[in-house]
Amino acid sequence: MREEVALSDVAEELLAGLWPEQEAAAAAPDPKSVSTREAVEELQAKGLVEANGPALSLTATGLTTAAGVVRRERLAERLLADVLNVSGALATETACRFEHLLRRGLDDEICTLLGHPRVCPHGSPIPPGPCCAEGAQAAAKVVSSLADLSPGQGGVIAYLQSQRREVMSRLLAMGATPGAPIVLRQRFPSLVFALGHTELAVDEETARDIYVRLTRASKPARQSRLRLGFRRRHGGR
Amino acid sequence: MTVRPLAYVRDLLTGRQCGCETCPLAGARTSRKLILFGSPNVGKSVVFNQLTGAYAVVSNYPGTTVEVSRGRAQVREVALEVVDTPGAYSLAALSDDERVTQELLLEERPDVVLHVADAKHLARMLAMTVQLVEAGLPVVLDLNIMDEAERAGVQVDLPALERELGLPVVATAAASGVGMDRLRSLLAAPPPPPGGVAVSYPEVVERAIGRVGELLQADYGLSRRALALLLLQRDESLRARVQSREPEIVSELDWIVGETEACFAQPLSFVIAVARQQVADQISAKALTQRAAPLRPGLSETLGRLAMHPVYGLPLLVAVVYFGLYLGVGKLAAGVAVETLETLFAQHVSPVATVFVTRLLPWPVASKLLVGDYGMLTLGVRYAFAIVLPLVTAFFLMFALLEDSGYLPRLAMLVDRVFKRIGLSGRAVIPLVLGLGCDTMATLVTRVLETRRERLIATFLLALAVPCSAQLGVILGLLSTHPVGLAIWAGVVFAVFLFSGFLAARVLPGGESRFYLEIPPLRLPSPRNVLVKTWNRVRWYALEVIPLFLLASVLLWIGDLTHLFRLLVAGLQPVVHALGLPDAAAEAFLFGFFRRDYGAARLFDVHGGGAISGVPLVVAMVTVTLFVPCIAQLMVMQKERGWRTALAVTAIIFPFAFGVGYLLNLVLVSLRVQI
Repeated sequence: MREEVALSDVAEELLAGLWPEQEAAAAAPDPKSVSTREAVEELQAKGLVEANGPALSLTATGLTTAAGVVRRERLAERLLADVLNVSGALATETACRFEHLLRRGLDDEICTLLGHPRVCPHGSPIPPGPCCAEGAQAAAKVVSSLADLSPGQGGVIAYLQSQRREVMSRLLAMGATPGAPIVLRQRFPSLVFALGHTELAVDEETARDIYVRLTRASKPARQSRLRLGFRRRHGGR
Repeated sequence: MTVRPLAYVRDLLTGRQCGCETCPLAGARTSRKLILFGSPNVGKSVVFNQLTGAYAVVSNYPGTTVEVSRGRAQVREVALEVVDTPGAYSLAALSDDERVTQELLLEERPDVVLHVADAKHLARMLAMTVQLVEAGLPVVLDLNIMDEAERAGVQVDLPALERELGLPVVATAAASGVGMDRLRSLLAAPPPPPGGVAVSYPEVVERAIGRVGELLQADYGLSRRALALLLLQRDESLRARVQSREPEIVSELDWIVGETEACFAQPLSFVIAVARQQVADQISAKALTQRAAPLRPGLSETLGRLAMHPVYGLPLLVAVVYFGLYLGVGKLAAGVAVETLETLFAQHVSPVATVFVTRLLPWPVASKLLVGDYGMLTLGVRYAFAIVLPLVTAFFLMFALLEDSGYLPRLAMLVDRVFKRIGLSGRAVIPLVLGLGCDTMATLVTRVLETRRERLIATFLLALAVPCSAQLGVILGLLSTHPVGLAIWAGVVFAVFLFSGFLAARVLPGGESRFYLEIPPLRLPSPRNVLVKTWNRVRWYALEVIPLFLLASVLLWIGDLTHLFRLLVAGLQPVVHALGLPDAAAEAFLFGFFRRDYGAARLFDVHGGGAISGVPLVVAMVTVTLFVPCIAQLMVMQKERGWRTALAVTAIIFPFAFGVGYLLNLVLVSLRVQI
């Protein structure tokens, strides 16, 4: 369980800026401002950062705390983009404020609701939380990776997110574009889903790249006669 | 030694052009050029066959056309030169097939592009039509497989579609010839002007399109807008083309692409595809009405679902193997056809030929070339036509039935998990199953695999552990009375297949491949299509492979004359003895080098003579199955993968095959297994 310390907003931002996977472009706070100096002192006092001359580096606890901050920020972006359909600069700005409101525990709820997304809308990785490892399932998810659906569940494609360009291009070309209606038909040995009138088979890795905005009843459809209990436990990744 | 001259003769016979300047078929270009374009598995090749009366290979799975077919068609007074392209999901070249198709569009300057589309998937298909229009090409849209679409409750308002797209649209069911007259009359009319539909992309992309368009000076055959869009999606093959023609603009080009990419969280290919799809969806919404699909799934759907079921799919697979392979190839072809033809040759053809040739050529050295122990007639022709050809034909027939039914993609999806373990994806079942017919042809078909790593592993496994139908036929024939022996043989070969694949996946660098495949509906194969396809494959086999039988006879004759052969057999003798096999087996192995199935066929002879049976027979079968690929396969391997790979594969297989044979003999003898 992550140990989290209550921090001021500026301190949180500073901490997030030190997160190793943060883009270099992240706006650096003005080192001369009073609030920054106070924030640094606050972080040092709580043992989250160490000063090496002018540069700051994260301590071990600082690293976990920073991961939590980054996670909340990126989840907030995902929530705004996928559920509330807010995009562009407005989303980033809102997400920044939103993030501070997501306290410990709540971020896992949202992560579960969004189907444990792995990247933010900008393509940066979201640090996984304990809920991702457990593969926790929400009572009513809004967005879910195709790999976590049960046969009969479906909706429309929300977005694709893949580390591999060619996989994404291929899926797009085969008709898996955002907004396309999608229903999972079968999970094992490979995943089979219907995309309009097309039927496609993919492996679990590829299914994980497809995120579905659920529109049908979340309850899986009545099991047809052909399906024996081959729904595997949703493995966490 | 190269097979190209044969291919040239074949091209002449089948009316295909080889592309050279002096080609007698090239002629002056007085006709219109028509390029067929479309996604995989929409029936381009069926339309091609309907138009030209020629034959291009048609299958019910994506990626059948790996080579470009050309033919001629006469519609009214217009002569059409028709080019069939490998299926492409978009103009971008993501796979080898798509690279070929992109090159054709860039280089051939077609007068008309016929976009063949599956009517069921109108919205998805229209995204490609839009892309072709963007490229400034004169497009005719053919909504094919209309019969299936109607059964699925899809209705398309053609006039509305024509209005929205600004180009001629025709609906066909090419397999049954419906709508082909209307298509022909459209093609006889003057080529349509470029269509009017346009996509507007996000402003940043539009600006980048403008800048790239200004940068490009050379003429690439497509509109600047389409080229710019491809380059923005980092299309490697087009970028290489630009680099070779206008190297000075490449750095600025890359800079624009990089800058534009930075504006989006998603890759540009995603941004562009989404914008294009929106337009396609709007058009489709205006032209398409969807009635409620029939509630009760039809027989084809139920069977299709059964075939993909992890439990019920297995009996179906067993049934396919039993009826197709065991009864069809094993019993019918190996038992009945081979038996009859062998008797015919042994009793009538060979003796007559021997008498005839020895009269005509009274010099023993020369007559031996034709009718000696390794003579071209008594050995080459006999093996080719009496043993191998019936088996291969039977297998190709079964394979064609499987292909056209749409069963193979379902098999692919069933085995994907297992295949991942051996470094392949489910897609590899297509070449591997074909390998059970002819490993040489299957090595060519490994092109359908997406990564170099997969192609290499598949090539290796085909060479090592996939017996071809000639071998299979002989083995099933020999071991059918020894069920235990057959089980041991199958078990060992299958274990070697999995084990060596597993090792190859560990050793070879590169990431795990992904699996994604469209599952076509199960269709009842059309008998004509199955027969024509089988005939085409058999003809390919007869023209490309059988000459090598004759060549092998010549080589064996030379070997025999110079005593080189006897030397090699003597050299193999200790190895053969170590495996517990009689002397005669050494000869069979040497034969096996000239043709894999030769080796098995020779064992057939040896077995008939009673020199080998029981444990040694099984050991010999396993060894000869794993043993080096035949000459034809080696040549194709060299052509497709290069010399180093071909030699490395052979160098691994040789000791491996004998090692497995040695161990098997040791185990069977020490366990005192009676077969």
